[in-house]
Amino acid sequence: MITGFILRALEGKIVIAAAILLGIAILVPALNLLTPLDSALHIPTYIMALMGKYLCYALLALALDLVWGYCGILSLGHGAFFALGGYAMGMYLMRQIGSRGVYGNPVLPDFMVFLNWKELPWFWYGFDWFGFAMLMVLFVPGLLAFVFGWFAFRSRVNGVYLSIITQAMTYALMLAFFRNDMGFGGNNGLTDFKDILGFSVQADGTRAVLFAMSAIMLALCLLIASAITRSKFGKVLVGVRDAESRVRFLGFRVENIKLFTFVVSAMMAGIAGALFVPQVGIINPGEFAPANSIEVVVWTAVGGRGTLIGPIIGAILVNAGKSFFTGAFPEFWLYALGGLFIAVTLFLPKGIVGTIQHGFKARKALKAAAEAEKGRGNEQTVVQAAQAAE
Amino acid sequence: MTLRSLFYAFLTCLILSFAAPSFGQSGAGGDPKSLFDQLAKADFNEAEKLIGQIAATGDPRVVPALQAFVDGDLYFRKSDNLVFIAKAAGSNLELIDPLTGASAGEAPKNSVTKVRVNNNLRRVIRSAMGGLTLLSPDRAVRLQAADAVLRSPSPENLELVEAALAKETDGEVKARMEEARAVSLLSSDRSVGEKRAAIETIGNLGGRDAIGILRSVSGSIDESLKPDLDHAISSIESELQLWDMVQNVWYGLSLGSVLLLAAIGLAITFGVMGIINMAHGEMVMLGAYSTFVVQEAIRSNAPGLFDWSLAIALPVAFLVTGAVGFVIERGVIRFLYGRPLETLLATWGVSLILQQTIRSIFGPTNQEVGNPSWMSGSFALGGLTITWNRMWIVVFSLSIFVALLVVMKKSAYGLNMRAVTQNRRMASSMGIKTPWVDALTFALGSGIAGIAGVALSQIDNVSPNLGQSYIIDSFMVVVFGGVGNLWGTLVGALSLGVLNKFLEPSVGAVLGKILVLVLIILFIQKRPRGLFALKGRAVEA
Repeated sequence: MITGFILRALEGKIVIAAAILLGIAILVPALNLLTPLDSALHIPTYIMALMGKYLCYALLALALDLVWGYCGILSLGHGAFFALGGYAMGMYLMRQIGSRGVYGNPVLPDFMVFLNWKELPWFWYGFDWFGFAMLMVLFVPGLLAFVFGWFAFRSRVNGVYLSIITQAMTYALMLAFFRNDMGFGGNNGLTDFKDILGFSVQADGTRAVLFAMSAIMLALCLLIASAITRSKFGKVLVGVRDAESRVRFLGFRVENIKLFTFVVSAMMAGIAGALFVPQVGIINPGEFAPANSIEVVVWTAVGGRGTLIGPIIGAILVNAGKSFFTGAFPEFWLYALGGLFIAVTLFLPKGIVGTIQHGFKARKALKAAAEAEKGRGNEQTVVQAAQAAE
Repeated sequence: MTLRSLFYAFLTCLILSFAAPSFGQSGAGGDPKSLFDQLAKADFNEAEKLIGQIAATGDPRVVPALQAFVDGDLYFRKSDNLVFIAKAAGSNLELIDPLTGASAGEAPKNSVTKVRVNNNLRRVIRSAMGGLTLLSPDRAVRLQAADAVLRSPSPENLELVEAALAKETDGEVKARMEEARAVSLLSSDRSVGEKRAAIETIGNLGGRDAIGILRSVSGSIDESLKPDLDHAISSIESELQLWDMVQNVWYGLSLGSVLLLAAIGLAITFGVMGIINMAHGEMVMLGAYSTFVVQEAIRSNAPGLFDWSLAIALPVAFLVTGAVGFVIERGVIRFLYGRPLETLLATWGVSLILQQTIRSIFGPTNQEVGNPSWMSGSFALGGLTITWNRMWIVVFSLSIFVALLVVMKKSAYGLNMRAVTQNRRMASSMGIKTPWVDALTFALGSGIAGIAGVALSQIDNVSPNLGQSYIIDSFMVVVFGGVGNLWGTLVGALSLGVLNKFLEPSVGAVLGKILVLVLIILFIQKRPRGLFALKGRAVEA
């Protein structure tokens, strides 16, 4: 059964997409490290870092798509899970600075010395160990999603109300993380990282590995998401999206189905955040801003929700557009983004990938209909001929 | 008589007239002028005595000179040791007679020396002045003096206060002097009975100052008075606590009315029509910018009308934002009915465009919106101070609420609107133009957000981000209060405001806000449809 679950993930398009991602994971770092600087094929490190960032966003969009596109839960708080994963990674990186900080304290990060803290708060314990930190990257967003979802889904908060309270959740977290007393660096967040697993975060080699890891994790999560959505469970999931009450009346525990998906999605978002932080070099409470989470929604919507490849394409396209616009016409980026929101909802409700898929299906259906028409036409002529013969 | 003898006679007179002050030295009270002149050569101890004598003359003319002494503006001339009040006049000092206030010419700075003063002297002078002005013919001055004694009580003032009290006829001043007397009496050596009465008087006075006074004497007072003292202190404290509570409630109501203002437009678009209007905050922002534009126009064209600027801005903001809302509804939202999550995204896009438009036109910085004169200042109500702008915003938001309620319940348009929201197809069958009602309702909600913007421009920074800071709070209020119910919005806004202000003192502003958000999230779990939920099958759809 398990193998069936895994094998089902290996469906044509998803396999191709995952293979492309793995190819990128090898090719881009190779082009960055192995080609000479003046070669036409050389990819500069900053481009690679930028692409790594896009891949992290793509993973975040994929995570959101899993709950929104397949389960009908529009979360406006996925940025919170992303940021929490990022903070977990950031805490590990802060602990790796050791005595190289400005104040040279071997245990306390700089901001704690600055705030006159005498010892490490309990929730920082263990973060000097990579394995523990990675566990927390999954555990903390997962726990938040579990607790939040447990309450919300059990009391059948859904639709718009759920969206609004998820937004309130990320807003509350943003306010909380802005406070210095929280012990997460307040306003400035966590930054000035030095090492990851003993390798300098600034080194080209480390950056290449981080990029490759982003692509590989994205491919892996894509396969997981595909396995989930193509399993029997996935069918029920779509049922919950389209007719929740009916699924409940059929005897399924809708709240558990939602909760599982929500937690998995939150963990994926956490991974995305954890990969994002060492590549960008900073994590601060601004990542919790409700506007960020809403932006993720538009990536997913542009690419096509309810498809797994859509959000990846959407996130990369929109962010590449953002990089281009904010560089070339900074005034126009918000117009473009706003216009995109409106245009996608009005004209492309299925998103790019969804519309293309729909187009294929429609053509097939059209062909089939034409065939049927032809057949019926023959029948009719036969009938007519018979009538005429009488 | 020769010319020479005449000359001598004149000279003698002259010397006598100069020496005259020194004759007064021996006299007990002496005239104030001579007392002042003696300050020139007095050390601090002598000066203290002299000040006592000056105060004892009861001559109100000495007050300005004493004030100058406190301020360090009292100088004496080196040539003849006469004391003057000195004011800077270019590089020289202008000398003024200490009693008459007449100018005595200018003198170079090096020809005069400052009469030295220390903090102890200042205190003595102040209490002396307090006593002196108690007898002033000017009512306001007497009131001030009584206040001064109240703030810095000392037994030396007691007799003066009592003397003044005997002459006083004005009721308010008399009451204040009674309090001043009680305060001074506590530290004097009067009888226990009198002190007991004084404690009661101070206890009735109330306020933090009274507690301070009572506490300061508690060490030195007679043992038998201790219970009275403690009782007075505790009664003042409980009264203060009560006022603190009243103040918290007031602050909460004030915050709640701001929330109500921000949320009430949303209560229509979200609550009644079911549209998740993420551009709602931007409507508030547009209203605030309308106020700014109106004020600029008034400043440059008719500055006299400035006090009316808000009254003019109200209809302008309503029309501007109403029109924008109308366009949004016709252009975007009407294609998305029945797809609430998609409206959320589309209106978010609209909000980004509106923000950037305003940023392109007016720039990203805060704009200066002025307060009309009737909105500045404050007044006291019992133990709490109420600023006028807060007061007006409370009044204003409640009146908008009432007006909206009347429109919804009493007008034909309101009837149509309720019909459409309750059963769209039936309403349409009865001949109501439902698209038109939709557009007008959305325009109304947006227009009210614009009016809210006019009010909020008075207490918040007018910047392109203004709306963003209200949008989440507004949704919280509407969801908490119960969708589709204006009363729910009112109760939700006010209770969230009060809750916030009660949490603030104990946990801080930010944590308080976080707690409120968490509480709302938990509350929605318990009652997913809010405080005042609509009931019935239609709600489920």
